[in-house]
Parts: sequence; structure tokens; C-alpha cells
Amino acid sequence: METLDLVIVGGGPAGMAAALGAYEEGIRKMLILDREPQLGGILEQCIHNGFGLHRFGEELTGPEYADRYIQKVTELQIPYRLQTMVLNIHMAEDRDKLITAVNEEDGLFTVKAKAVVLAMGCRERNRGALNTPGTRPAGIYTAGAAQKFVNIKGYMPGKKVVILGSGDIGLIMARRMTLEGAKVEAVCEIQPYSGGLTRNIVQCLEDFDIPLLLSHTITQIHGKKRVTGVTIAQVDERKNPIPGTERYIECDTVLLSVGLIPENELSLGAGVQLDGVTGGALVDETRQTSLPGVFACGNVLHVHDLVDYVSEESDLAGRNAAKYIRHQKAEATIQRKITASGGVRYVIPQTIHLPVTEDQRFYFRVGDIYNKVKITVKSGDEVLYQKGKAKVVPGEMESVAIKADVLNRAGADLEVTLVQEGK
Amino acid sequence: MIYDVAIIGGGVVGGLLARELSRYRITLCILEKEEDVAMGTSKANSAIVHAGFDAVPGTLKAKLNVKGAFLMPKITKELGVPYQNNGSMVLAFTEEDLGHIRMLYQRGLDNGVPDMKLLSPEEVWELEPNVSREIKGALLASSAGIVCPYELTIGAIGNAMDNGVELMRSFKVASIQETEEGFLLTSEDSQEVSARYVVNAAGIYSDEVAAFMGGCGVTITPRKGEYMLLDKTQGRTVSHTIFQPPSAMGKGVLVTPTVDGNLLLGPTAVDQKDKEDTSTTAEGLNSLSEAAKRSVPDLNLRAVITSFAGLRATPDNHDFTIAPSEKNGRFINAVGIESPGLSAAPAIAEYIRDLLKEAGLALEEKEDFHPIRPPYAKFRERTEEERKALIQKDPRYGRIVCRCETVTEGEIIEALTRNPKAVDMDGIKRRTRAGMGRCQAGFCTPITVELLAQELGIPTEQVTKFGKGSEMLMGKTK
Repeated sequence: METLDLVIVGGGPAGMAAALGAYEEGIRKMLILDREPQLGGILEQCIHNGFGLHRFGEELTGPEYADRYIQKVTELQIPYRLQTMVLNIHMAEDRDKLITAVNEEDGLFTVKAKAVVLAMGCRERNRGALNTPGTRPAGIYTAGAAQKFVNIKGYMPGKKVVILGSGDIGLIMARRMTLEGAKVEAVCEIQPYSGGLTRNIVQCLEDFDIPLLLSHTITQIHGKKRVTGVTIAQVDERKNPIPGTERYIECDTVLLSVGLIPENELSLGAGVQLDGVTGGALVDETRQTSLPGVFACGNVLHVHDLVDYVSEESDLAGRNAAKYIRHQKAEATIQRKITASGGVRYVIPQTIHLPVTEDQRFYFRVGDIYNKVKITVKSGDEVLYQKGKAKVVPGEMESVAIKADVLNRAGADLEVTLVQEGK
Repeated sequence: MIYDVAIIGGGVVGGLLARELSRYRITLCILEKEEDVAMGTSKANSAIVHAGFDAVPGTLKAKLNVKGAFLMPKITKELGVPYQNNGSMVLAFTEEDLGHIRMLYQRGLDNGVPDMKLLSPEEVWELEPNVSREIKGALLASSAGIVCPYELTIGAIGNAMDNGVELMRSFKVASIQETEEGFLLTSEDSQEVSARYVVNAAGIYSDEVAAFMGGCGVTITPRKGEYMLLDKTQGRTVSHTIFQPPSAMGKGVLVTPTVDGNLLLGPTAVDQKDKEDTSTTAEGLNSLSEAAKRSVPDLNLRAVITSFAGLRATPDNHDFTIAPSEKNGRFINAVGIESPGLSAAPAIAEYIRDLLKEAGLALEEKEDFHPIRPPYAKFRERTEEERKALIQKDPRYGRIVCRCETVTEGEIIEALTRNPKAVDMDGIKRRTRAGMGRCQAGFCTPITVELLAQELGIPTEQVTKFGKGSEMLMGKTK
């Protein structure tokens, strides 16, 4: 059996950044496994621009952003196997990990590794999860599947489109379908706000006069063989359709952009503990999961809105995996929980080991739109950090950087919360 | 040419009958109005093999249900179709319900149902800890089971075809004329088939098909049943099929594991006119959730991965009507095969075989009849050694197409090449489970579409979800 230091599951932006991070920390015996025919993950179908502003200070398309990493991986001769699906991960008795995967060339094979980085990304929520009533005709796609058809395969999933959900992929596809000659009749969003980035709402909807109907949902899908239309309705505060507001829109296609779910079936099988809110693993400041030597990063950990932050997080996970492999973990003695409250939905990481030697950044998302808040990090009753923010929205991930010495003074578990300005 | 027998309807009844008749030296065809088999009631139902205590003693339903349930383990094994003998429970929530399950117990005894027992609440919870604390008792029937109804239909028709039966797809019977030798059946698009004997196994349309030969005095009302399917993570919520006390509209809402390891809730029961309307409704799904929670209060409804509806062929005489037409004894009707039609189907097949024999069809056994149909490779269920062997045989078994259900390209090719061949996306799904998992085909659709186009030798834009008119794509990009 092949024995390695590190196996990285997933060769998208997260997996590649983790590999490069580990490489820079001196790890060579590693292997990236990816199920697609090329590295790059979902970026390969994201042909729009807007990637890399934070990481590279310039605007790149998805494939360009991916290519920067692919080139480095190739240059450094980091080994990878494509069209390879990891089927399971087991912990061996000596704490090493056994990774079983399959592909056409090697068949079914198992490799052993000291550490594993989970970087499988996420999948889209679909109609089933929404229980949208109606028929089950052709013409209902997740926005990502439609994106693959249009951008990779060169086919149009439809000509007259209603989009349910205003996640970023939905917004991007509204523009993309329009540019390809389709008519996007409306984007319905059940929330009173969009879950997408503001720049996408402006550049993908407003610039093309596509109506964004907030507090609206599809109440029925029509059409026996192919979609012929949808009934939409306004919803009340409890998200229930308001009688009398129903409206029929003729269309041949429904695209769904109703959220992303970290794809953690493999992690669960391995015994990794998940966070009920993020759907990803519970991790510490090194992005190590509940299983020693198993790290997680990117959208499999929590859904990011910018790939730049995926790269940053994954670099951190890769470096820490390297330290784990070299038994270089700092002598941390105290473990503190980091919890979310007061409008904050979750915080990554969920635990931290103190003392830390480096400053730490906590990432979080809020559950609603809040104006004029103070992002506050507390340890017990003690406020460790506070910064004012004019507006926070669910669609944009927030972060705070806390100095190492401040953290090391913390006498109790940590809490990230929002305090209304003036209170 | 003239066939000895033409079976109208490629559902579970027609399929198992074709397979039964393929043992004999006769020529046989199945006429299916859709482009694939198992497209009606057989694809969307509760997937239960009922023990047989529901039907009123003495009815054809009672007789054929008990016998069908008895035949099911062997026939599913031969056809390589998943079946599990998981047993069922009918819960009693009130004193009145307790009286009702005692009555069902007695009926079961009268019908010859084996291995039944009345359970105390404690005995129920011992077996099913997630069942409601509000119950007063339950009827346990250990002979009940679960089966995959479309796989059973596909397996039966596949095996029948391997034994010489012909399947004619897209053949919607528009008229039937009596001829000197038998019957001339003409399709909507003017194809013709001649047969000496005809069996009407047209499911929800069986009353209309019966009318071609003078009718059978029964009218079918489509009764919609909506279902919700939960993720495999929830598949162990219960191990038995959990029924509620039956009502005039059917056996109530059940909570059951499926043979594939999901959890199924349903069905609702609403009569309608339209024989094609299988849409789900907000009211239906809401009432379904509420009803299912009555049996199992802690159901995780966030784990629903899809919902769907099926139509039962509900007859106005409340029993199966399986008999030769009064007008022509060589035309056999199988009308009103509602629940427990799936459970009874193996027995219905034998029953119709005997009716055909009585009507004069000579049945001489073939020496080369092959009863065994190997299952699809099902990579996900194989051991490590078996998986290696599969990939060695064909490397396409090493390429995972559907990640949620771990379906390989090799299996999809099997679905496209084995009898009865899949010709569309839903056909592949029913044969391999590709696209049936938690992502509901989000990732595998583009790959499956390409494989379909390649294997069928058609342009990608002509690939359909389930037959003409349900094309997946609308042309190329600019």
C-alpha cells in the first residue's frame, strides 16, 4: 500500500491551496484526488470575472484564478489523480488514515496517509429540499447544473427562465442566460433581502432590467413534460404565501439558486463531527476537525462567497496539516469554545487552543440584515474586541482579526456577537 | 405475424404476466403506451408487499394478496430485484383503533396470513423506539415486506424479453377489432398488432381499454397519493412499515424504510378526474407531514430529498376484476388493480395464466426458459473484491458518475444496453439510481445526458427526461 504524508480530497481552489500551503511547509509526499477530469473544481465553469481581487489584486475569471493554482501545482510537481472518487476514509489503528478511492485506470485502491485535508466543496440545495409543489417535468435545474451546460457543454437548458433564489450562482446565471439570448422573467427570493453579493445584484440583474422579487416564492410548477410556467406569490413574515398575490409566469425553465450545502458524507463516514449550522466540520484554529490529523477547508467547511477567502483558509489548513505531520504542534494547553450569538449565525473556528503564537481571524455570517452594529468578541463578560460596522448582511461573510496576546489573556470561552450601536 | 398473446400495459401486472407466460412456447408482446415501462402506478406507490389482512375475506384481493406476498421472495430473487421482509405494523391510537386492529387480525387469520401478533405499546417501542408514545397497541405482521416496484417491473419485463417476449413502446391502443383469428389492435399512430388472446393490464386506463371489448362494468377513478422521500441518513428511523388505521380512502399514511435505505412517507388519498395529473400540492404535502408525524413524531422533515405523486387505479366495485370479457372470452381484463396490486402481482400473473389456459391457450413449457435475471452491477452494494473484479472486467465501473448514490458509468451503460433498454434520463434513474440521491441529479445530469446521446446515437438536444416532449435542453449556446 502506498504510504504518504498527506492526502487532499478535492482539487478545487481549496484542495490546491492546501496542497501549496503544505508544500511550502516542506511536505512532498502528498496526493490530490479529484473526481473531475481537470483540477480547478467549480471555478472551471465560473467563466465570469470578479475572482482574485483580494488575493491577487486584480480581477480574474474563474478558470484564470484556478489556472494560477494549477500552474503552481504542476510546476512543483505535486501529484494528483483525476476522475478519481474517494469512497471512504478510515482511521487506522496507528492514527494514520486509510483513503479508499476508485478510478478507471487504477481501479479500486487504498492509500495510507498521516494527515488528510477534506476539500470536497459543496452541492446545491434542490427542489426536493424546498418541497415546491407541482409537476415534475423537464426544465428544472439547479443554477450550477445550468451553468455547466451553458459554459462547459455549450447547450441551453431553456429559453424563458424564472429563477428561484437569489444566491450568487443564480444571479450570475440570470446574466449568463440573458447574454445567451434567453429571457429571464424574474428572480424570486423568499427572503426580504438577497443572499447574493451586492455587486452581483447590480451587475447581473439591474444592468439587464431583470426584476428581483423579494419576499416571493414559486408556489407551483406547471407543465407535464416540459415546464410551461410557474405560479409565484408574495410571502408573509413566516414565509407563507399570501393568498391573492399569486401570479402566473409563463416559462420553460426554472433555475434554483436556493443555497449550498457542504458535501460532508465522506467526512461523516470517517467520523468527523459536524456543526449543525454550517453543515461543515467543527474545527479549531488550525482547521483540524474532531479527528486528529483530519483538516477541512473551503466550501466543505462552510460556504464562502469569495474564492479568495477559500484560498486563504485552505493555505492555513495545508500549513497546519504539515505541522501535524511533523509533530510540530505548539504546546497549547487550554481549549476554548467560540460561539455565535446576537444575530451571528456561526463562527469559524468553533474552538481555539491557547496560547496562540499568531494573531487569529474569526470568520462569521449573520442571520439577517443589521445596520449600525458593533461586532463584538467577548470572553465571558469581558469585551476583547469591538469594531463598528454600518451594515452587515447574510450574503457577505464577515471576519475579525484578534491579536494573539489578547486571546491568550482570555479567561473563559469566547463569543462573537453583534451589539446594536448606542446600546 | 400474429402473436399468441398481446398484453396491454407494461406495468407490474403486465410485466409479471409476460414473464410468467415466457415460460411457454407461445409468442407474446407487450404494448406500452409510453416510451419506457413502469411509467404509471408501478413507478410511484408505497412499494409495500402487504401481508394480506386488509382485504375482506373471500374477495379476489384477499386471495391474490396473500398468495402474491408468498411468491414475492422467490420471484424477486430470480429477477435480481431488491426485496426485504421487514414486517409491518398497524398502529392503534384509540380504543376504537384497538377494536379495528383486532378485526384486521381476525381478517388476516381468515385470509390465511401467517405470523401476525397483537402488540402492547411497550412491545411496539421495544421494536420501534421512534414510534409515537400515544399509541395503544399495534398489529404486527411479520410476513409483510418492501420491494422496489419499478425495478420489479423492469426486471420482469427484462427477463421476459430475454426469454423471447417483444416489447413495443409508444404503442397506445386506439382500437381493438375482433378478427377471425383473434384481435387486431391499432395504435394511435396506426401501427397494427394481431393477437389470438389479449390481456388488458392497462392500470389506470384499464376501464377504457375494457370498453374496446364491451366494457366490464367497472369505472376507474384515479386516486392521487402524494409522497415524500427522505435522505438515507433517515432510513433507520423505523425498520418496519408503520401503518395507521385504514379508512374508506385507503390504508392511511405510512412511514417505511425503502429497499434502497431511504425513508418514505405517504400517501395522501384524493380522488380526481385527470388520469395524468401527478402533480404534488402544498395541501397534500402539508397534510402528509402532519399525518406521518402522528406515527413518528420526531421525523426529520428537513431531510426530504424529493416529493412525488402517483395515481391508484381505484375501481368503483372495490375489488380486483380479473376475468374474460363477456363479449369475447379470449380477451382477459385485469381491471381495478389498486393496492395491494403490487403485492398481488405475482399471483395475478399466475391467475391470468390459468384464465388464458381455460380460454383455450395451449401452454407447453419451454425447455430453454431461463428464470434468472442477474441484477445490475450495483457498485455501491458490492464488496471490495467484487468491485475490483468489475473494474477489471470493464474499467467504466471505475468511473463514478452519480456521486450521491455511487453509480458508475458501467452501470449506466448496462441500463442503456440491457433489456428493457433505458431510453431517457428517468429510465436510467430507475434502473441505476443515478440522480436519485440527495443532490437530485445536480451533478450527474450533464454526464448522463452525454452518455445517453452517445449510446442512443442521437444529438444531445434530443435527450429527454421521460419521452418525447420532455427534452432536457433547448439548443446550443451562441
